[in-house]
Formats: sequence, C-alpha cells, structure tokens
Amino acid sequence: MKNIKFISALVITGILFISCSSDDDNPVPINDEELITTLTITLTSGNDVVTLKSYDEDGADGPTAPAITVSKNLSANTTYSGVISLLNESENPAENVNEEIEEEADEHQFFLEGRNGLNLTTTYTDKESDYLTSGSENPVGITFDLTTTDASSGIFTVTLRHMPKKPNDGTLTDAGGDTDLSQSFDLTIE
Amino acid sequence: MFLLGIRFLSAQECDKTISGTIIDFHDGTPLEEATITYNNKTIKTDQNGSYVIKDLCPTSYAFTISHENCNSQVVTINLNKISKKDFYLEHHLSELEEVKVSGAKHNKTSSSQEETIGQNILEKYSSASLGDALREITGVSSLNTGATIVKPIIQGLNGSRILIINNGVRMQDMEWGEEHAPNVDINTAGSITVVKGAAALRYGGDAIGGVVVIEPHISPAKDTLIGKTIITGANNGRGGTISSKISKGHENGWFFKAQGTLKRFGDVEAPDYILSNTGIFEKGISISLGVNKFTHGWDAYYSFFDNEIGVLATSHIGNVDDLIESINNREPSIIRDFTYNINNPKQEVTHHLGRLRYFKRFEKLGKWTTQYDFQRNKRFEFDIRQSEELRKIPSIDLELTTHTITSDFKLDAKSDYTLDAGILMRYQDNFADPETDVKRLIPDYKKYDAGIFLTGIYNFNDALIFDAGIRYDYNQIDAKKFYQKTRWSERGYDTDFSNLIIEDSGTQWLTNPKFEYHNTSATAGFQYSFKEQYELRFNYALAQRAPNPSELFSDGLHHSAARIELGDLRIKQETSHKIAMSLQKNDEHWRWEIAPYINFINNYILLNPTSVELSLRGAFPVWENRQADVRLLGVDANLYAKWNDLWKTSHSFSLVKGKEAKNDTPLINIPAPNIDNKITFEKENWLGFNASIESQYFFKQNEVPANIEVFSPRLQQDVFLEINTPPDAYHLLHADANIKFPLWEQNQLKIGLAVKNVLNTNYRNYLNRQRYFADDLGRNFLLKLTFNY
Repeated sequence: MKNIKFISALVITGILFISCSSDDDNPVPINDEELITTLTITLTSGNDVVTLKSYDEDGADGPTAPAITVSKNLSANTTYSGVISLLNESENPAENVNEEIEEEADEHQFFLEGRNGLNLTTTYTDKESDYLTSGSENPVGITFDLTTTDASSGIFTVTLRHMPKKPNDGTLTDAGGDTDLSQSFDLTIE
Repeated sequence: MFLLGIRFLSAQECDKTISGTIIDFHDGTPLEEATITYNNKTIKTDQNGSYVIKDLCPTSYAFTISHENCNSQVVTINLNKISKKDFYLEHHLSELEEVKVSGAKHNKTSSSQEETIGQNILEKYSSASLGDALREITGVSSLNTGATIVKPIIQGLNGSRILIINNGVRMQDMEWGEEHAPNVDINTAGSITVVKGAAALRYGGDAIGGVVVIEPHISPAKDTLIGKTIITGANNGRGGTISSKISKGHENGWFFKAQGTLKRFGDVEAPDYILSNTGIFEKGISISLGVNKFTHGWDAYYSFFDNEIGVLATSHIGNVDDLIESINNREPSIIRDFTYNINNPKQEVTHHLGRLRYFKRFEKLGKWTTQYDFQRNKRFEFDIRQSEELRKIPSIDLELTTHTITSDFKLDAKSDYTLDAGILMRYQDNFADPETDVKRLIPDYKKYDAGIFLTGIYNFNDALIFDAGIRYDYNQIDAKKFYQKTRWSERGYDTDFSNLIIEDSGTQWLTNPKFEYHNTSATAGFQYSFKEQYELRFNYALAQRAPNPSELFSDGLHHSAARIELGDLRIKQETSHKIAMSLQKNDEHWRWEIAPYINFINNYILLNPTSVELSLRGAFPVWENRQADVRLLGVDANLYAKWNDLWKTSHSFSLVKGKEAKNDTPLINIPAPNIDNKITFEKENWLGFNASIESQYFFKQNEVPANIEVFSPRLQQDVFLEINTPPDAYHLLHADANIKFPLWEQNQLKIGLAVKNVLNTNYRNYLNRQRYFADDLGRNFLLKLTFNY
C-alpha cells in the first residue's frame, strides 16, 4: 500500500511538472542590436563628390551578400576629405551606428588601405578627443583625408576594429582586435 | 554476574529447536553452504538449503544469515514463539547498483564491446574532465575546444550519438554543440563503463556511437561511515581541485551520501606561451539518501554542477580573413600575462539533476524499478561584443528543462534467462532568452519522447550466452523559430515548408516546425567462452537517431566559432547497422583483446564547411548539415603483460576510418590512429609503491575532407582556406608515481606525482578546435593527495 502511494506521488509530481511548464505563447522576435546594414563613405573635393556604399540587408546572419556601389571614379592627384557613416537600416527610423563608435572612440579604429596598385594614401583627420572629453590624441578614422596620385585601379579596403591596440602602426596586423566591419571597393583613379 | 546469567539461562530448559530453509529470493532455489551465525557458533545449510539448530534457550536470538555474494541479513527470533523459519537471501546481485566492477569485467551487455574504468583511474583524473578520463579506454578519443571543453568520441562518433548515463539518468545537456562538454563532475563517479555501440538498449535506442554509463559508489548495507578527500595541484594553470565525499550506511539499508568538488585553474600554458583566457572555475555538489533493502528500496539524488570556462582569447575571430591570418601566423595574436580571471569569450553552464527511484523485488520473479528524473541545463555564452554593456549580456542564453519517467521490470528468477522490459516518457522544453539581442541559434521548442524496450539474455550453457533486444522510440519536436526571410528563401523552404509560417514579423518569419520520428532499434549477439581463458563476443546492433535541434534548426552566425551554421528542416533520422566482434584472452600474466567493427550509417548527418557568405562584417565560412551514407571501419586492440611481480606493461592501439560511401570522401573529425605503451613498476611492500612511464604516439590524420576555396573580401580574390588541413603527428611522454601510507587506524594517505608531456613537446591535435590558433598544453606537474577515512 505504501509503495502504491509512493509511486502515485511520483507520477503525479511528474505530470504536474509537465503540465505547469506548457505554455503556447509565441516567442518574441530578436533584432540584432549590433547590426550594421549600411556603410557609406563620402569623399569630397570641392564640387567633386564620390560616394562609396555597401548595403547588407540581412547582416552577417543572412545569406544575401552586400550590394556595393561606387558613384564615380576618383580624380588623379586630388585630396578628398572623407567621412564614414554607419547605419542600421533594419530599424525604423534607421539607427546611426556612428554614435556608438564615437561614444567608445577609444575602443575603435577604422583602417583604410589602397591595395593592388591603387595609388592613394590616407591620413586620419580626427582623434579620440574629438568625441570623448577625456580622449587621447589617437586617431579614430571617422574622418580622414584621401590623396590620390597617378591614374590606376585597385582595391580600397575599409576595416573597423574593435579593441585594437592603441596606438598602433596603422596596420591591421599590429592593431589586432576584433573585426566589426570589413569591406572592399574596386576603385579607379583617372 | 555474567557467569551467573549464563548459568541461569542454562538452568532453563534450553531444548528449543529451530529449523527451516535458506532460499534464493529471486528464483526460490535453496542455497547450499549458507551460514547462520549466532553466539559465536556457525551452522551451514545442507544441499537442500535446510538447517536445524538445536539446544536453543527459550529467548530471543540474533541470527546472522549469510551466503557467498549475498548481503548478510540479521534476524532476531524469539524461540518462545517460533520454531520454523525460512530465510530469503538475495543471491543475484542487481546490475545497476551492486555489481562490483573490476577492470576486466563486462557487465552492461553480454555481447558487445565494452570497457570499464574503476576508482584507481578515475582518481587520477580528479582535476580533469570526464572526456579526459574516458580516453583511457581503447577506441575512445575526444573532440576538444581547448583543454577544458572535452567531448568524448567513441569509435569515431561524438555528440548526440553518445548517450551519457549519469547515475541512472540520461544527461540532457545540449550535447549537440561541438563546444558543449558533458556537465558531469568526474568525482561523482565510482566507475564508468563505455559500451561501444547501441547494444545497451535499455539506456536508449539512438546510441549510434555508444553509451557512457557513470555509476556512483555503492553503499554497503552495513553500519559504515566512509570518507575520501582528493586534493590535486597542478603547475600548468597554477590551480587545483579539492573533492570530498562521505557516505554513511546502516545495516537496515538506510544510506546517505554527500560529495563536493571545487576546481580552479588560471590560464594554462603551451610550451612557448600562455594560452590567454583558458581558466576554469568548476563547482559541483551531490547528495543522495535512501533505503536499499532486500525486497525494496528507494533513493533520492540531487546534483548541481556549475562551470565557468574561458575560451582562448585568440580564437575569437572576426571573419574569414582573420581566420586565414590566424592559420598562417602559427602563433596566437593575443598573449597576455597569466591570470585567474576569466573574460569574454567564455561559457557559464549550470546543470541541476534530481532523481527519485523506487524498486521492489518480487519473490521468484524479478525486480521492478521506477524512476522520475528532472534536469535543468542552463547555458550562457559570452562574446566579445560591440559595447561594454552588451558584453555583460550573454550572446547565447538557453535553458533546457527535461522531465523523464522510466519504469522497467527485470525478470531474473530463471537461471537460464533474464528478461528486461521497460518504458520511458520524456518531456523537454528549451527556452532561448531574447534578452541576448542576438538571434537565437537554437529556437524555443518542446520535445516529447516515448520509448518501449524488451531485452533478454539466454544462457545456453556455461560457455555460450545469447543476448537480444528490441526497442521502439517515438520523438516529436514542436519548435517556434524565426527565420530571416532571405534565409528562408535561400534554403528553398518557401516552396517546401510554406505551411509552417505562423506570423510575419517584418524581416523575419515566425514558423512552427513540428516533426515526428519513429525509431526502431534492435540488437542480437552472443558471448562464447572457450579454453577457459578465451572469450569471443559478436554483436549486431541496429540503431536510429532522430536529428537534434541543432541539426534541424541552426541558422546564422555562431559568434564564438565565427562560422555560419545551417541546419536543414529536411533532415531525417539516421540509421546505423553496426557489427562488432571481440576476441579476448585473460590469464594472470597475459591479457589481450582485439576488437574489429564496421558501422554502416545511412543518412548520417554531417556538419562540414562548404562555402562562405559575405556580409559587411566580412566573409564567414558556412558549415552545413547534410546527410550521406557513410561507413566506419575500425579496430581497437590492447595487450597487458605481467612480466613478473614487479614489472608490467600495457599496450593499446586504435584505428578508425570513416568515409562517405558514395565518393569515398573522408569524414571530418575522425580520430587519427594512435598507439599507447606503458611500463609500470610495482612493489607492494615499499608502501605500495608504483611508478609508470607512458608513451603516446598520435599519427597524422591523412584522411580529411578537402579544404575549401573562399573569396577573401580583404584581398578581393579567391584564397585557399586550410580549415581541414591536419596537424603533424606527435609523440607525448607521461610519468606517474604513487605511494600509500597508513594513517592512524583505518585511514590511509596516498601520494601521487605525475608529469604530463614530460618533454614539453609542441603539438597540435587534429581534434582540438583551437588547433588553428595555438599549440596544445605544455609540461604539467601534478601532485595528488588522497585521504581515505
């Protein structure tokens, strides 16, 4: 008799557990807080404005590759002032990701590089102290100058590193850290 | 006074007689040579199990009734009232909790390949993990993420294909992930048996790889209080483990056991550098109490396991370019000073396990056992994220809750056969917390399982034993999962599964996949003993395994691995046909076993790198789950030789080859062949001194899937991603020495010193996921103190 009681208690406990934990609510959708959908680099030299844009509608989780557009070719022997803008357009209104980077300017840095025979050099025109009251003189790279020389074509690479070594020698290898963004553009200087 | 008392008693008429039979409780056979002890006298039963005790006084006597291999019983009888009494003794020992496990004993099945490791070996691994200890078994290797996350591989198979039975409970701890190690404190184990295959049907029908059965210490039904404390310190990682257990037993069957473990290590070191962020902080407790009587018993068991594990800092990579850079660099890009601190990326896993069990024995029939168990597994994975605030929130936050009821009846009354029949009901709920702000890799789901089995053992004669079994399992999984609309279309689900969509939430579909699986498993085999020392085993096992949630539903970026993992809703269950044999010889000086096997798996689910996907963050390798017919062929062999009283050697070799049947493509993560040789010197009267040197040689795994060519956004060209290139062969040397001291009366202190990787060899292991980033562990000195009290 005692045994039967014990077993019944066991079974009932089990059933209670099972029935308690059932619920049929639908889960809530999650939107990736860290998503960057749009990278826009605006290069301005007087009236000459060149826009480089990469739009990744579904982020790193999604299968769609970024759509890359370059508004026009760069002019030779010209200095452009450049501005980088990052947006999360999956939210409405679009979220300005630049703000987050500015708030943590000491933990971020853009690296810009002309490769494969592309004749250009870049210099940073901003520093952490532009964004942070207690910031240092280390560059961040939201704004920069881009100087072209002879006509050529090649790759222009933009990389955003999180927690790089700061200061660094300007190369990705020396800087280390985590890649938040990495995008290349095929450019022509004419 | 005392003498007077005796005289007074003798003065009474001590002419009482008691008689009866001592009987085996299970099958009712009379027990010959059973003993009855009272007042320092011992009477034995005759061949009919009968006894007669004469010249007893008319008072109460305490009789102790014993028989070989039985628990003794003490019965008090008042001779004024009783003159005839039959005693029932439990002659067969129950497999689950009372079998004394020794090294060579095979006890979970009669015909399949098995191996058990006992207390001595487990103690050596007190500061390591379950997966490390299991590698002592020939044919068992491990899939590692660093030194602390160790998943067992049995004859080439891992993850959901291996069942881990912890104290009678099948672990439900998200075994689907490659970087998810079993949540078991090895210090809770009294012995561990590995069944290499699916033949142990009572534990589950889906053990295509095998079953790991972890059993606790047995509390004898005696008045005892036993304690043990093991303290281990290691220089590599500059930490150690302390583990203590006590167990209290009573003659009336009551027992109480408690155990606790604390383990703390900082960053471990490779020969040339510190492996930053590889610390571990592990806590475990377990308690159990109950009554283990002759005819019935119950027990309650609870254990809690908490593990915080750092993941090698340099293994956190941003994208495929970073991975290529890491592979080419050969040195970790992050080497920091030693610390005990565990930073992101890290895992925090807790596991609660509770169990209630009741059993009752029926005279001349068998034993009925019913059990309810509860498990809650909680997993957090913290990543390097964009902001300080986000880094405090885990990227993966899963809670897996499981309730299981099992009941089985074991018919063991007949001497020539045993039958075991049982049922299982299980409910499981997974909850993925949306607070992570990262898309769920594993969705919310509910899972229902039901199973029924019948197994039997037939002793044809003393030399030949047959065993067979059949099992049916029903699995249903009911998930609520969000898919990005672009992914849904890319997978082709919009044509095949459009009926699963239940809600449109902008860029994502909410879907309700509900799948059912019917799995049949069966086994048959025999064991034949001949020429006294030889044993031949042959077993065939059919097993079916339903896909796990990861294989079905994964979709998206797995941040900690920097890879996109894709499940497939079309995946069906896999079916394995395994034929295994073993031939062994056992004698005092010479023991060997050779065990070949072949495992054909239809619709085997494999996860391989296939391509890359581009995003603004760069390119990520895509690992896709797909199905293929495969075969695994292998052999495990070991040899133990006792050259004389002082010197012993042991040797083992294992080899497994896994290929896809269609195109002979090698399978991923198949262990390379390895040879292990060990020489031991033992002299009992030098305080039980023993010392050994062990050599382990791991061949290069030459059979790996092809590397993939990927587009590197940084270089704007296709590059070769050497993701499957195996590391070179390597050789490791280990040494170990132990002595024992008696302490006070019944206590004992054992001191052990071990050196792992004596030569401080630089090596990388093909089965370590961190091989792309850093060398494996360097030399490690371990000092171990064991107190028995």
